Amino acid sequence: MRLILRSPTAVAGLIVIGATILVAVLAPWLAPYDYREQLFEGLTLEGAPLPPGGDFVFGTDTLGRDLLSRMMYGARTSLIVGVVSNGAAVLIGTLLGAIAGYVRGWLGTAIMRFTDLMMAFPALLLAIALAAIIGPSFWIVALVIALVNWVQVARVVYTETTALAEREYVEAARALGAHHLRIVGVHILPHLVPTMLVWATLGISTTVLLEATLSFLGIGVRPPEPSWGNIIFESQSYFTSAPWLVFIPGVAILLLALSFNLVGDALRDALDPTQRGRR
Amino acid sequence: MAAFLARRLGQAVLIVAGITLITFLLMYLIPADPARMIAGRNAPQSTVESIRQQLGLDRPIVEQYLIYLSNLLQGDLGRSYMQRTEVGELLWSRLPATLELMAGGIFFELLIGIPAGLAAAAYRGRLPDRVIMVAAFVGVSAPQFLVGILLLYVFAVELDWLPLRGYGGLDNLLLPALTLGILGGGWYARMMRSSMVDVLRRDYIRTARAKGAGAGRILVVHGLRNAILPIVAMIGLDIGIFMSGVVVVESVFGWPGIGQLAWQAIQRLDIPIIMGVTLIAALAIVLGNLLADMVAPLIDPRIRLRA
Repeated sequence: MRLILRSPTAVAGLIVIGATILVAVLAPWLAPYDYREQLFEGLTLEGAPLPPGGDFVFGTDTLGRDLLSRMMYGARTSLIVGVVSNGAAVLIGTLLGAIAGYVRGWLGTAIMRFTDLMMAFPALLLAIALAAIIGPSFWIVALVIALVNWVQVARVVYTETTALAEREYVEAARALGAHHLRIVGVHILPHLVPTMLVWATLGISTTVLLEATLSFLGIGVRPPEPSWGNIIFESQSYFTSAPWLVFIPGVAILLLALSFNLVGDALRDALDPTQRGRR
Repeated sequence: MAAFLARRLGQAVLIVAGITLITFLLMYLIPADPARMIAGRNAPQSTVESIRQQLGLDRPIVEQYLIYLSNLLQGDLGRSYMQRTEVGELLWSRLPATLELMAGGIFFELLIGIPAGLAAAAYRGRLPDRVIMVAAFVGVSAPQFLVGILLLYVFAVELDWLPLRGYGGLDNLLLPALTLGILGGGWYARMMRSSMVDVLRRDYIRTARAKGAGAGRILVVHGLRNAILPIVAMIGLDIGIFMSGVVVVESVFGWPGIGQLAWQAIQRLDIPIIMGVTLIAALAIVLGNLLADMVAPLIDPRIRLRA
């Protein structure tokens, strides 16, 4: 932890993540307006959205809704999708990677060939195909992302587990007659925790970006429920007359993804002694 | 070498077969009835039934998969629901634009990534290194649609230097290719840096330094030549990221490639097109990996051709 705090960029990342979580949790109390309400005073007399400033700090959208309030509720979507789907991805990946790495044999081979297969599948297109088939919704987005994201975790965990399974203490445990479940649970899984932590952090940035991209393409979270991606999707055709509707959520996505990347990177450096001193 | 290649090729064929199974199953899972979609909403039930028979949709699933597979082998990807044309033909006509865009993207990501990574390695641990690495992370974390819209806004709307949309000339290609290149540029800068840092710790660099070679000469002649090779091999592995980026970039810029085709197909739920694009993209990825596998031992003879 101290090693992370030594990196100024990681501290900046932690601050952004913390602030986003705070805003998302406190959205009902912090939001100045109802995020669904199409305010009469939120449009000009000609019916155009209001630019940032005045009563509406971030301006309003094309329906006269307060952008700041929508952004606050949108943060909930981004974070929930990020944590839930990436958490699921890390769990699936760890489980499959550890099984494949410990059991090996035909089962291990089958699992790893399957991950190879999924590696070859273009993530976004698979997500698009699934979302197009099942129909877009918040949970579909989470499911799609989890399905796509577990692959890399499985590969890393597999490599680590094969190395761990050959250590002397694992062999000793086996010689003492320990059950396989005990060996995996007590002697292998704890060593995988750093890897899981790193991927849990780095993966959220991919997830936030993927959710935004899916919503931007119109197959993610459906309006009127706000997400940072679908705010852009709804207003991209007005970007010359109302650029703030694209850039404010866009910058928010960038900052959040960047923060998770920076923290994850610092975490990896801190947890992996071989990387130390390379900086 | 021949045995290694044969083995890799065999694996590639298996992976492609697996991918066709997944695309087929995905198509099978669609709740909407394809026969009804082709016939149109108001068509009588008898028409729908005859289309169903024509397409073989009334047969058992295994038989349907085998038919799908044999059609694929003959280059038949099925028919689009809406455009009533062969998916294969559609993809083929859109492919050149996408390849052009990808070539432009690779050009920009190397143009951005290699010098940036080199500079970061040269100033390792100091301020320029930190700035470049944070910038690289910004490039990696920026949603591509945002970068695209931003570039459009600045260079096409505000400054009016480049055309807003369109396809054909180099001026049309510049912005979409740059959008693709910024994401990859971030990754390449990071990889180039770590590869270069590795190389700079080698003995032959110390020897060169002891012989009194200048810092610039060491960096470029002794360092870059050795550090750049693993980076070049990465291009083959990059295709997957590219294929995803292409959908977004093409839809932002109205670029008439297969990504835009896929995006339009999503809007109309034209499943055969989506599957066709997915299949082509997966094929490209497998091919790219194969290429990377073949190039790697040429670059570094120590990589004994282990399969």
